[in-house]
Amino acid sequence: MSVFDIIGPRMVGPSSSHTAGALRLGLLARALLGRTPERATIGLHGSFATTYQGHGTDRAVVAGLLGMAPDDPRIPDSLSVAGREGLEVSFEPVDLGAAAHPNTLRFDIAAGEDTVSLVGASVGGGAIEVSQVNDRAVDLSGRFDTLLIQARDVPGTTATITQRLAATDINIAFLEVGREKRGREAMMIIQTDHAIPDSIVDEIEEYEWVISTRRLSKVTD
Amino acid sequence: MLTSIAEIIDRTRAHGVPMWQVVLTEEVEDTEQPEGAILERLDERLATMRSAVERGLSSDAPSVSGLLGGGAHRFDTWRQSEASIVGPFVGQVIARAQATMEVNARMGTIVATPTAGSSGILPAVLFTAANELGFTDDELVRGLLTAAGVGQVIVARASVSGAAGGCQAETGSAAAMAAAALTELRGGDPDSVSHAVAFTLQGMLGLVCDPVAGLVEVPCLTRNVSGAVQAVTGSELALAGLHFPIPADEVIDAMGEIGNQLDEKYRETARGGLAATPTGQRLATSVRWEGPGFENTNAARARDLAREAGITPDG
Repeated sequence: MSVFDIIGPRMVGPSSSHTAGALRLGLLARALLGRTPERATIGLHGSFATTYQGHGTDRAVVAGLLGMAPDDPRIPDSLSVAGREGLEVSFEPVDLGAAAHPNTLRFDIAAGEDTVSLVGASVGGGAIEVSQVNDRAVDLSGRFDTLLIQARDVPGTTATITQRLAATDINIAFLEVGREKRGREAMMIIQTDHAIPDSIVDEIEEYEWVISTRRLSKVTD
Repeated sequence: MLTSIAEIIDRTRAHGVPMWQVVLTEEVEDTEQPEGAILERLDERLATMRSAVERGLSSDAPSVSGLLGGGAHRFDTWRQSEASIVGPFVGQVIARAQATMEVNARMGTIVATPTAGSSGILPAVLFTAANELGFTDDELVRGLLTAAGVGQVIVARASVSGAAGGCQAETGSAAAMAAAALTELRGGDPDSVSHAVAFTLQGMLGLVCDPVAGLVEVPCLTRNVSGAVQAVTGSELALAGLHFPIPADEVIDAMGEIGNQLDEKYRETARGGLAATPTGQRLATSVRWEGPGFENTNAARARDLAREAGITPDG
């Protein structure tokens, strides 16, 4: 929690949770896909379901999917920009259960053959909490540069990655490793204090057990 | 991470520094950024806040829905007339609180302090203090730090989200932050700052979030006015040497507890309170944006309905 979370963000109105926070969730969903989506279905839970138009949440989410920052002056016009950039969006109310924060969004977005999903809440003042990535439980705040690595579940993968990062003086703030089933795919989520340079990500992608990587740049101060 | 006002006060005593310095030092330790870079960035945020106030005071442009627009300018003229009894300080606070909220409601650029829906309060108090009491921008940046410290404590103990804790969590927090900044700027010691927070927030407890038509307009704009005036009152009571018997941290905890008990209707769902009144519901059905773009053919109709119902479009 930085002072810039409280004195900020600098943003286009009207609502930090329904506009700026929603935009940041859109930015993370876009980063997860790795490019501008062509199709997006946005599920709106709780307060989002009833007030999303009034608060400009629709425009903000789409602005995030298009890669705009929270203070981008094109946000009010983002739905038109989406039309020009070939992004088709639909919004629908969803019920994610009583435990879900009242301002939660579910993204199902796609480009070409690639599809990703993300569930996250806008918890106030523009702060966000991502609780699911591709239907797997996670805990991301968007405050750290994050590297997601999808890998085959073989011994030594975590050690290899952490040693590689340590050799470059990149400090790991949080590390989470999980797998669907033994010996199959594992997901590594690495949140770092400093951005991981392209060259390191390229190197990691070369490891034969790495299936894919995704970099989520931090979206929150 | 700052988690209690009491802890901030302890650190001011331990190090012989004011509250804003405690918050700055904590930020340096948390983010490994140098003090100068943090102050410079806060100065940029201050400039955005000032620009929003100035645009809001000078423009009559309507909000996206057409429900608001021009109220800040009209009030600013009124408060300078002989008929007004409010006085220059509070008069300017009222005008400026409206100004930022009008800019926010037309999707202009503002700084969320701590949220966009409560973004009118802190700039209203700070820029009026600068205007009336001669504070420099460097001093106002210190005010932002003190305010941020209080905001961090509120996030740690309760919430600043209207959807989680009602309007008290948004405008109540903003008012408490503004009261702290104003009190320290005016020479209040850390105990006075703490009492200013308690006096201010106790008066905002229980306030629900019931936005008409789901818009950050009615009653958000005028709740920012109430919060800003409450902040001045809280600061005055504290500087007069009055003590609120419940410590600031416990008032914040009470706000969190009340927020948790608020029915969902009163947490930014536009299903209760003013939003659920016959007129509120009528506005909700008429203020809708269909399809892409910024043109809202229903805005004029919403304005007419509002007038018919006796709501002035100026908020």
